[in-house]
Amino acid sequence: MVMGQKVLMKGNEAIAEAAVRAGCRFYAGYPITPQNEIPEYMSWRQYEAGGQFVQAESELAAINMVYGAGGAGTRAMTSSSSPGISLKQEGMSYLAGAEVPAVIVNMVRCGPGLGGIQPAQSDYFQATRGGGHGDYHMLVLAGESVQEMVDLTCLAFDKADEYRNPVLLLGDAILGQIMEPVTLPDPVDTAGLPDKPWATTGTGGLRRRNVINSLDLRPESLERHNLKLKAKYDRMASSEQRHAGYRIDDATLVLVAYGSTARICRRAVDLARREGIAAGLLRPISLWPFPAEAFEAAVPRAGAFLAVEMSLGQMVEDVRLAVQFRRPVYFYGRTGGVVPTPAEVLVQIRETAGACGASTAPAASGAARGGGLVK
Amino acid sequence: MKQVFARPRALSPGATHYCPGCTYGIVHRLIAEALDDLAITGRAVGVASVGCTVLAYDYFECDFQQAAHGRAPAVATGIKRTRPDAVVFTLQGDGDLAAIGTAEIIHAAARGENITVFFLNNTIYGMTGGQMAPTTLLGQRSTTSQAGREPGRAGRPIRVSEMLATLDGPAYIERVAVDTPAHAAKVRRAIHRALELQLAGAGFTLVEVLSACPTNWGLTPGEALDRIGREVISYYPLGVYRDSSAASPAGADAPGGISQ
Repeated sequence: MVMGQKVLMKGNEAIAEAAVRAGCRFYAGYPITPQNEIPEYMSWRQYEAGGQFVQAESELAAINMVYGAGGAGTRAMTSSSSPGISLKQEGMSYLAGAEVPAVIVNMVRCGPGLGGIQPAQSDYFQATRGGGHGDYHMLVLAGESVQEMVDLTCLAFDKADEYRNPVLLLGDAILGQIMEPVTLPDPVDTAGLPDKPWATTGTGGLRRRNVINSLDLRPESLERHNLKLKAKYDRMASSEQRHAGYRIDDATLVLVAYGSTARICRRAVDLARREGIAAGLLRPISLWPFPAEAFEAAVPRAGAFLAVEMSLGQMVEDVRLAVQFRRPVYFYGRTGGVVPTPAEVLVQIRETAGACGASTAPAASGAARGGGLVK
Repeated sequence: MKQVFARPRALSPGATHYCPGCTYGIVHRLIAEALDDLAITGRAVGVASVGCTVLAYDYFECDFQQAAHGRAPAVATGIKRTRPDAVVFTLQGDGDLAAIGTAEIIHAAARGENITVFFLNNTIYGMTGGQMAPTTLLGQRSTTSQAGREPGRAGRPIRVSEMLATLDGPAYIERVAVDTPAHAAKVRRAIHRALELQLAGAGFTLVEVLSACPTNWGLTPGEALDRIGREVISYYPLGVYRDSSAASPAGADAPGGISQ
């Protein structure tokens, strides 16, 4: 394909191609719907690019292969979907503890348990609260389109190396399966990437040994290490907040949604505006760190916030933390793989606007109460 | 004056955390000697596992990665695939390799990954205080089989080398023991053989070393060595279970690595 040309690609395949172009030369994965196009694409593309692909015996093995490859200094990635990401949590904790850069993609499907294969956003807590054991954080990035997922894939590899920390790309079954026009980035020259003097490349007899390790049996020493990690997380929290706004500058009712749900909310905002409701959308792109600074700008003019998720209410907790009880925060969610429609969200907007006085038009009387509006 | 004994250069100075009478130190020394003899310390990347080998990264003068419980062969796969010139070896106990790590060891062997596994089998969980392992012999007492392992409750011990030798992937599998100087000489030869085969790109190699755990066996160091010869070897026979030079189908097509 011609560089810079727009091509039509499925989300999963576009992410895989973007990873290769970002310098990913090791991929290990295990089949699970709805992300199978990523390992399928990588199974031939890695070898074409001079990299390595391993279809692992389990998600556990895949994440640990990535730990080995990333620890040895190679840009490495794995992908899965919710139940498989649960299995990878052990490895993600080790990656964070041992400061091994890696990129993990979660094309979220509905749960709990085996759940279903339809889209969901019910892994938000797991993604942003650590997921695995111990005190750690990962940068968590969530796009709303194939193009944005491509761009964030490239950013993820750079940030993983910059912070020596795993980065999680959070999509959902829609973003993995949808086909959209996308402009792919130019390939990076892997030889030109910054050196990793800490990697286990073999000492060559020229330096002290490098050790990739998360074990430390001395409490004071491990506390020092954890405080060093904390300082890194603090830098990430202040430097890596990302968000986008839609019709937000004069919005008195601010919807908050990420990923595919944000696209649905954008349509609902347009419908609400036609009815004279001053709705807008604040879309977190970094889920950790949560873009709390963007809320500082939104709170003074907003009458209320409405979090919309494909979950029973997870991101809404971060919205409440960011709003700090200065404004009412409402929630609307669908779960089990049900995708909310713009019309359903519009009903919630009307109700919320009516409740908080954000509407310039009379609130629709007797509007259907769609399952989930809670303050 | 001729020097007849010295610490191998690949072995780090200082004491290990191993218990008195533990034979892991002997195995470490023999691996370090092999790294010296083959002049590969600068290319070596070890993988420590969970259990008594967990601190192995402190004992060798080569690069190391510490792996989660059972996952060392997967970590080694990631290292070797991306650093094909590195000599990659794991150190794993029987709790790690034969219980929680069974999937990883079987599939690394089946893929014929060009790595070397040093499997230290002392028939018990040592680091956690003497619980029953998959390798614990029938009748052997442990903290979770206090009247002795009883097959009706706890099944029967796994023979790892024999099981892996049923696969077409491995290039070399040998079981050795460290209970006598003569046996230790065979350990030395097996370690050399495995690393030489990896250097030749032959594929997956594994050396199972029957080891003593006097602390958790409740024996003196001498009695523990005697037990290996008296009880352990009879259930886990010594010998070569696979050698690709003996017209084995494995070895010719071990996975390559990335082009750097």
